[in-house]
Amino acid sequence: MRVTLLAANALGTQEPSCYSRLVNDWICGQYLSDRSDELLHATTQHLTITLLSVAAGLVIAFPLALVARRWGRLESSVLGISTGLYTIPSLALFPLLVPFTGLTATTVVVGLALYALTVLVRAFLEGLRSVPDDVRESATGLGYSRAKRLLRIELPLALPVIMAGLRVATVSTVALTTVGSLVGHGGLGNLISDGVFTNFRAELLAACVLCVLLAVVLDLVLVVAQRLLTPWTRTVAS
Amino acid sequence: MKVLQQAWAYLTDGSHWSGTEGMGALLGQQLLITVTALALALLVGLPVALWLGHLGRGGFAAINISNIGRAIPTFALLALLVTADWPGTAEFGPYGRAGLATLLALTAFALPPIITNAYVAVDEVADDVKESARGMGMTAFQLFRRVELPLALPLVASGIRVALVQVWATATIAALVAGPGLGRVITDGFANTDYGKGIAGAMVVAAVALVLELVAAAVQAAVSQQPDTRGRLATGHRR
Repeated sequence: MRVTLLAANALGTQEPSCYSRLVNDWICGQYLSDRSDELLHATTQHLTITLLSVAAGLVIAFPLALVARRWGRLESSVLGISTGLYTIPSLALFPLLVPFTGLTATTVVVGLALYALTVLVRAFLEGLRSVPDDVRESATGLGYSRAKRLLRIELPLALPVIMAGLRVATVSTVALTTVGSLVGHGGLGNLISDGVFTNFRAELLAACVLCVLLAVVLDLVLVVAQRLLTPWTRTVAS
Repeated sequence: MKVLQQAWAYLTDGSHWSGTEGMGALLGQQLLITVTALALALLVGLPVALWLGHLGRGGFAAINISNIGRAIPTFALLALLVTADWPGTAEFGPYGRAGLATLLALTAFALPPIITNAYVAVDEVADDVKESARGMGMTAFQLFRRVELPLALPLVASGIRVALVQVWATATIAALVAGPGLGRVITDGFANTDYGKGIAGAMVVAAVALVLELVAAAVQAAVSQQPDTRGRLATGHRR
């Protein structure tokens, strides 16, 4: 594409496009429209990887937090191991998973799920701990079973803290997905990587901006979801 | 699993560690740039955040800077810094523009946990403690220096610990834009389909990260005699 534009420019028949090598503008509307398919595909991949990772983290974190809460001695080991995992840089974690899952999107999803898990286990534990003891006792007094008390009383009351953790996990997962470009599955990170190595500024900036936008949008969605799920906190807060 | 054997073979071959491009030299580079960036961030962030915490002003910005930092991918910031015409020339500094870009990005990403924790730590010193200090006739500066600062230390230390781990991770990612450091072993390995090499590099990076975390945790435990229960710690964001 860029080659043909250069050729056209050499003949003097056409203004160089703002994303041709000669101009290489940072902001280029024509790039956005010409390559909208590519951008859409990368954004979709990015979103899919992020959502799968956070969902997997959520599904694993919940039982893990319950186990850690039930058996206090396990709590420190669960937190210790997950903190240790969190310490490992993403660029090092993905290669360490490659022997098991290969150069696939699974590698990225598993790695990101492990990071999300760390944040979410803490959020679940903190959230459940934030439920006042007298509320828990009244529920038991009213004849709630352990499971029913957890689902009907404790989880709803823990929701604000859990949602705060979920927001942190989601936003950082969006940012981290870019590193997946190491194994070729980084969503918008693939475009960033390509933009750096071919010195293609319009592509680079567009991918960076889309990435931040994606994080902001998902964060807003979670804020709205939280407001809808916890109507009782609204009157208290304001 | 064959790649694991290749990785092990790469790690145990002494020739991969020596020389100017060896893992020994790269490890040194990355530790140097990590420490430099952390020192810069402390120099810039700590005084401002501590003093704002003392005044109790600017809290919104100090706390939200962590959330903003989290949404900006390290990789994206590094990529933009390397591709832009600034700062300086391509030859700037010992490691070229990627080196300087790395240093700036590292410093930027070390700031949020340092600022948020330092601010919260000083801001949340109990009011009655501050009242009694004033009642004893302490000036504002004495109150800050002798009361708030010592009480804030554990939380400040935990912010620095988060920052250190984060800077190490960010320094690794620098290799994605051809920056200095050990991450290069990983990216080179993957770019040349030498996965054993890439995994070997990842093992070294992960091991050093764990060692740094343990050292930082030990230092933090040493400066905080009592468990700290005030406020929420700013959790770092993974890079």
